[in-house]
Amino acid sequence: MNEPELQQPGLFSGLWATARRDLLLAWKRPGDVLNPLFFFAMVCTLFPLAVGPSAEQLELSGPGVLWVAALLATLLSLNSLFLGDLEVISLDQLLVSAQPLPVLALGKTLAHWLTSGLPLVFVSPILAMTYRMPASVVPVMMLTLLLGTISLSLLGSIGAALTVGLHRGTALLSLLILPLAMPVLLLGANTVSLAAGNDVYSTGIWALAAYAIASLSLAPYATAAALRISNE
Amino acid sequence: MENLAMGNYGVYVWSCFALTLAVVIFSDWRARLRHKRVYRDIEVRIKALGDGQ
Amino acid sequence: MWKWFHRLASPPHFYRLAAVLSPWLAVPGIALITYGVYAGLFLAPMDYQQGDAFRIIYVHVPSAYLSMMAYMIMAISGGIGLIWRIKLSHAVAAAAAPLGAAFTFLALVTGSIWGRPMWGTWWEWGDPRLTSELILLFLYFGYMALRSAIDDTAKADKASAVLALVGIVNVVIVHFSVEWWSSLHQGQTLMKEGGPAMDPGMLYPLLAMILGFTFLFGSLLLRRVRTEVLFRERRTRWVREMVLSPEGR
Repeated sequence: MNEPELQQPGLFSGLWATARRDLLLAWKRPGDVLNPLFFFAMVCTLFPLAVGPSAEQLELSGPGVLWVAALLATLLSLNSLFLGDLEVISLDQLLVSAQPLPVLALGKTLAHWLTSGLPLVFVSPILAMTYRMPASVVPVMMLTLLLGTISLSLLGSIGAALTVGLHRGTALLSLLILPLAMPVLLLGANTVSLAAGNDVYSTGIWALAAYAIASLSLAPYATAAALRISNE
Repeated sequence: MENLAMGNYGVYVWSCFALTLAVVIFSDWRARLRHKRVYRDIEVRIKALGDGQ
Repeated sequence: MWKWFHRLASPPHFYRLAAVLSPWLAVPGIALITYGVYAGLFLAPMDYQQGDAFRIIYVHVPSAYLSMMAYMIMAISGGIGLIWRIKLSHAVAAAAAPLGAAFTFLALVTGSIWGRPMWGTWWEWGDPRLTSELILLFLYFGYMALRSAIDDTAKADKASAVLALVGIVNVVIVHFSVEWWSSLHQGQTLMKEGGPAMDPGMLYPLLAMILGFTFLFGSLLLRRVRTEVLFRERRTRWVREMVLSPEGR
């Protein structure tokens, strides 16, 4: 009998596999991607309605409002990061897989970022325009959102793993993640404000990048640990 | 003896000290209360089980 | 040495030991605090800039210090329980949380009251320490919320241990990022927390308060852990025997 030659899976093959699967699922349910984006737009609309549309106020609060809206939209989309798997019992499959769990968790987080963080980055200029953000500042804002949403997805995956399947998990998830997200929010929004004021803003960018890299190297382990614990 | 009014800041200073005292006493009280309750519940259950047999 | 440690981690031994040890911490603690309060309020010289209002430092700084220490205890004992699977460790973490939250609250309120005569407002977002302390309070609430949301004790222990460990990193980062942010927005005068240049007449009562509060905290924590252990072990034989025996408590 011929023995088929088995190819050794690479270290990150699990990553691409889980990412691809989640991306396909998202493709089939575009609502999952679009809803947070609409939420983002709506939150940006709420502020001028509540606080008044004065031009100065808009320009001053633009970076902050956009960032808070992005954070809240991300929170919204995080809830279902592992929930779908829990329901379909594929969470168990992830846990017994031969692939290291942090890698698989990273794959899911990557898919999450691609379907929530990245779209936010591309939608943001439109809303920034409504806040009278100068054209020169918009790329800075997009960059901060790009780096920041990476951190948010990674930190968020830890919270999502800890609260998956819990009663009223959504509210709890937000409560857990918001303190973790505050430095990101702070850095992101204030960097954009600095750019808007023609000040030096590179510190903020470096800090955001550092935060993203640190999250990238540490969060998957915490998420994996949390997944194991949650699924006992 | 120092002026108890603390140079017009009396209200602030004394309220802080009073609040601290209150929190410490409250923590102590709650700890005792919890212990008593837990102990009593266990005692009741163990004695009930003992009789029930 | 290990044998002693093992015995300590055994619930019935700990239960007895904690009862004995607790007053030995409480009494020196209260003594130190009594000295600290008296000396701080009446003996320490008045501050040049802040007048008598600076005396709030004698309760504010110990509270803030304890709020941080409690978090460290919570996270480290959670980590120890997670890695080495020592149940007592998890009980310590669970007991430390509400105490830590209480002192965080105290630090915030005393900080706010101190701020009123200093800044003219009850809250100053620009003060990095106050803002970081507020976020610490949220971390405590998240921790306690997670614990209560998970029914299974062992699971709750492990999940909250992970959360607390992740949170430690956050505490450090929040502090630095808020400081950067407050320097951007020209925060109001930072509350004077005293440095090496502090007059000894001012410093000694402060040290006494910090040490005294630490002892007191230790005493309170021991008692809470003891109750926690009792609750967790409520169905075991040693508890049963202890409760039924005449001198059980």
